This record gives sequence, C-alpha cells and structure tokens, in this order.
Amino acid sequence: MNATQFDALLSAADDGVEFEALTVETDGDEYVFSTLEADHTGLSESELHEVATEHSPYVTDWYYWTHVVDTTKADRRTFLQWLEDADGHAPPDRYEALADGVTCHWGQLALTTTIAEDGLRYYDVRHVDDTEHDVDNLERHDDPLDARDITTYDEDGRYRPLKTAPSLQSGWVFPDLDAPDLLQTVEYIYPATVPNWYREQEGELDISHWRDTAERQTGIYEIIEELDRDAVEWIAQACCDDSQCTKRREWQYEAGDELAADGGDGEFPCREPCSLVVAAARKWTTLENESEKTFQMELTLSELRQIEEIIDTVAEGRVDEIREADVYKGANRYRARYLRAKRFDEDGELAAVEVEE
Amino acid sequence: MQALVIVAHGSHLNPDSSTPTYDHADTIRETGAFDEVKEAFWKEEPSFREVLRTVESDEVYVVPLFISEGYFTEQVIPRELRLDGWDVDEWDSEDGVSASQATLGADDVGKRIHYCGPVGTHEAMSDVIVQRAESVTADHDADDGLGLAVVGHGTERNENSAKAIYYHADEISDRDRFDEVQAVFMDEEPEVDDVTDFFESKDIVVVPLFIADGFHTQEDIPEDMGLTDDYRTGYPVPGEVDGHRLWYSGAVGTEGLMADVVLERAADAGADVGSAIEQVLDETSDSSVAGD
Repeated sequence: MNATQFDALLSAADDGVEFEALTVETDGDEYVFSTLEADHTGLSESELHEVATEHSPYVTDWYYWTHVVDTTKADRRTFLQWLEDADGHAPPDRYEALADGVTCHWGQLALTTTIAEDGLRYYDVRHVDDTEHDVDNLERHDDPLDARDITTYDEDGRYRPLKTAPSLQSGWVFPDLDAPDLLQTVEYIYPATVPNWYREQEGELDISHWRDTAERQTGIYEIIEELDRDAVEWIAQACCDDSQCTKRREWQYEAGDELAADGGDGEFPCREPCSLVVAAARKWTTLENESEKTFQMELTLSELRQIEEIIDTVAEGRVDEIREADVYKGANRYRARYLRAKRFDEDGELAAVEVEE
Repeated sequence: MQALVIVAHGSHLNPDSSTPTYDHADTIRETGAFDEVKEAFWKEEPSFREVLRTVESDEVYVVPLFISEGYFTEQVIPRELRLDGWDVDEWDSEDGVSASQATLGADDVGKRIHYCGPVGTHEAMSDVIVQRAESVTADHDADDGLGLAVVGHGTERNENSAKAIYYHADEISDRDRFDEVQAVFMDEEPEVDDVTDFFESKDIVVVPLFIADGFHTQEDIPEDMGLTDDYRTGYPVPGEVDGHRLWYSGAVGTEGLMADVVLERAADAGADVGSAIEQVLDETSDSSVAGD
C-alpha cells in the first residue's frame, strides 16, 4: 500500500468505504477498520495506517477497482473480476494466486492476470497453445489495435471472415496490458463477446432465434424464411459446432422449440444467427427449392465408401492432413483423381442417370 | 462521454474491404476527439446488431461509410442497430442527398444515438474526389486540358444511388477546377464503358465513388473502360483508350481525407470534435492514401 492509496482511503472514509469484505468509516475523530480477519474500532490516523498496512491487500484491492479500473460499464468490470476471482476468494488468498498469475481461457485466448506492486494488475494475452512459451519466443505486441491484424488471417494466411472461428493464429503475445488495453484487445479478437457473456450472466441475454432472425431479413436474404426446420437443424450442425465456432449457440429454431444440434461448450454465447450463417442460408434456400430425384449409377461398395470419406474429409477440414502417397485414404488426391477418371463422363459429370418414377 | 461508431459493409471474402474503415477510424482515434472510436460491419464483426453494446459512452455518433441514401443507410443499418422509431423521414432529405442526422434511442441499450447521413453525400466528399483526382494526376501537365469522370455504381432500383454522384459532379463542375466533369455509372446510363465518348479533353481522370477497393473498382471498371483486357495484369496510369489518356484512381474511399468527412458528419450531428477537423485536414490534405 502506497501513500496515494492510503490518502485515498482516508478521504473515502468520511463517506464510508464498503467494498466486498472491507469496511472503513469514521466514528467522530476515530476510524473503524474491518475485514474478514480484522475488526478494529477507535483508531487514530496513524493506527489506521498501521492496520491498513497489515491488511494491505484489502486496501489495494479496493483502490484498484475503484480508482484504477476506470469504467462505468458493468460488463467490463465483471469480466475483469471474473478473470482473477472465479472462485470468489478474499483479497489475501487471491493475491497469493495472482502473484504467480491466474489464467482463464476465452475462446482460444489465454488471459493471465498478475499482481504487481501495490495491488496493480497487468494482463497477458496470448493463444492458448502458447501458454508454455516464453514471451521472448513470441511476437510481442503492446498496442491493442495490432490485434486486428492477428485476427484477419489464419495460420495458413487465409482470410478469417468469422472472428470466433477456432482458427486464431498463434505465436504472438500482449504480455503487459493494463485493464483498458486488455479489454480493447479482447474486443478486437472476439467482438462483443464480453457484453453478451455478461448479459447472459445477468439472465438478460437478448436471444434472437432462427425464426425471428429469418423474418427480419430483407433484400436478397428475405428468402431464408422459406427454409424448413430440418434445414435449420443441418445449418446448426454444419456451422455452429465447436469445431467451427468458439461461441456457444444459444439461439434455437424459435423460443420453446430447441434444435437437436449441440450448441457447444464455448465460454461466451452466440445470441443470433450471424451474417455468415444468414448468407449461407440464402444459398441453402435456393438449393432446397430443388426437388429430389432418383439417380442410378454404377459404383462398387468401396467407391461409395470413398465418396463418403471425401465428403467427411472436406467437412472436417482435413484435406491438407492427407499425405501425398497415402492411397489408403479415400480422400487422397490420387484416389480422388482415379475415381474421377473412372466415373466421370466426357462432360466432367458423374455418369448418373435419372430414374423416372 | 461520446463515441464515434463507423459502420461499413465489410466482406466475407475480401480482407481489404474493411481496411479503409479501420484506417479512417485510426486517423480519428489519434485526434482524441472521441472517448471511443468503434468500427462495425454488415458482413464482419462487431456486427451492426451488437456494436452499440460494446460502447461505454451515452452519446453515440453513428456515421455510415456508405455512398448514398439507399437500402443500407435507410433500411438495413437502422433496423440492425435497432433504432427506436426510425423512419426515413427523420432524415428530412427530400432530394436524396441532404440527410444530416437523426437522434434516436436504440432498443437494446440506454444511449442517445445520433444517426448521421452517409459520408458519400456530404459536401466535403467533393473535396476528397478532387484531392484524389489531383493526386493521381500529379504527373499530368497542367497545360493540357483535364476532364473528370466521377463513377458511381448506379442502380435502376434506387434513384438516390445516382443522385450522390450527380451531386458531386455538379458541385465540382461549379468550381471550374476541371475543363469538363461528367458522372458515369456501372449499371445505368451514361455508362462507364463509354467514358471517352463524353469528353473532348484528351486527358480524363476517372474517380470511382466507392468506399473500398474490390472487384468493382479493381476488376470491372478498368476492364469496362478498356484500360486492361484482364484485371489480373493490372492497368497503366495513365492508359490510352480511344485516343484519350485515362488516369484511373481506384476507390476514393481509401483517400486519407475521408476521415475528415466522417468527422464532419459527426460534428454536424452535434459531436464536440474540438480541433480534430483541422488536425485531420492538416494531416491528410497532402494526400496520403489510407493504408500507406
């Protein structure tokens, strides 16, 4: 506890300080000081200084949250508290843990809060895969605006249209952020996740279910309300699985009509179908307008299984994992080319014949 | 506290679509005129739907980085921001180029939202077009005459789309800075394909009134004008077409001076921007292209 903090405590004592387990107030010319472990009355200013020093984590904690964390926004404050106090410990215990750093995961982010002198915190942000790495071995950033570049491309340099896709690149670190910069960094990497998480905690998450969202659309997206419920199930399975998005899908077909697809285990909620889902749904709406037909074509059983394997491999994003010469995999390039050479006709199409009913 | 929220289209496919938005936001952020500066997108995140909840300020100035009063600025953005009681009449723009601002609440946050007209129809946009034209013709001999073609998307579906282009073409024409000024369009008459037919001047500077460079400005327009047969090989500046020399500038929205138009929009809506406009003019009037 430094002199500025004690002076702030003295001034605040006139109106009374009540912050979590800390109480400080005046009683005439004397002071009252209490925490979970201490209960003092009739203190002179110098005695107050003595006990405040003895229980300084309570004082510096109060100072940090009331004088340093400069935000009126409840979601930001609650998020910062959650980062270091998930179990609701009192300052002395919390400080002990924070001395070594307390790490929480947020999507693919590892957020570490560490306590510095006089109860000040600093925050480290990095990819969860980099938690064991030294800062010196990672690309260091100090400006939250840099986070925009980190989120734009994946590890292979491909554009990431969905910020919460589990394709955040690793190898970078923001090792020493203050609270506003931490919040801004998280906001750029996972926009709006903190306010939505907080709304959910408060029981106030404003979910817009599929039907509400579809009916809201205009212009080229107006048609998506034609999609039937089965298609919406398949969309949720295709797009909103944990393997595709770190948000936890909370929107359903409509209120009271839950989709069977797993919403995922993400820390932060997804409150409505995103623009990618809406854009893809438009394509599926036009595709689903086609009527089903019966086709006949010649395939061996293994070829049928191979087609399934190719679809599976593409759907799981594993194409690049298949080795050049691994002809035992149906989605191997040579295997796929062989199948194409054998089964496609001169128009480059599968030689399938429509069977009239 | 006051916040500036710049709302733009963004893209699922093109990472450069949002670059001008971020660049202009950074320019304004550096002036310190706003406690917060945020970007939001139709196709990227934060979405229009969720950006207001990320803002701490009670006074929020929303400036659309769009060209015209039309489908996006009149319908999509107000709906997605959940502007309470929005009606296009709130803008009081009978001629389709006079929207200034409307002050409304939003259904999901307790804030005052000042919803501004698009940057594209602000009078300061004429200055950006001129600056863009001047920077791309820096090597042009002033003794030779110079015509200016302002290119718009245009669409038969919304007459306001073309109005913004005509507005600036007329405005710039009145300045006598160029020998001739002509509005041309991709999707309506007069078409950009025939741009050389509309000018007597040998030299024509062609400035597309688009927010970001993408397939319209980098592929369609250069090919439509005959500057190149294949956009992938690029195009010359200047390039010879039908006996004219075309100086093609690329999207005007990437011009650094665009940040000024964003600020002007917010200031017109009542934002206290202090000396930020002067600072931005000072920084960007010697024509730096955003992202350089």
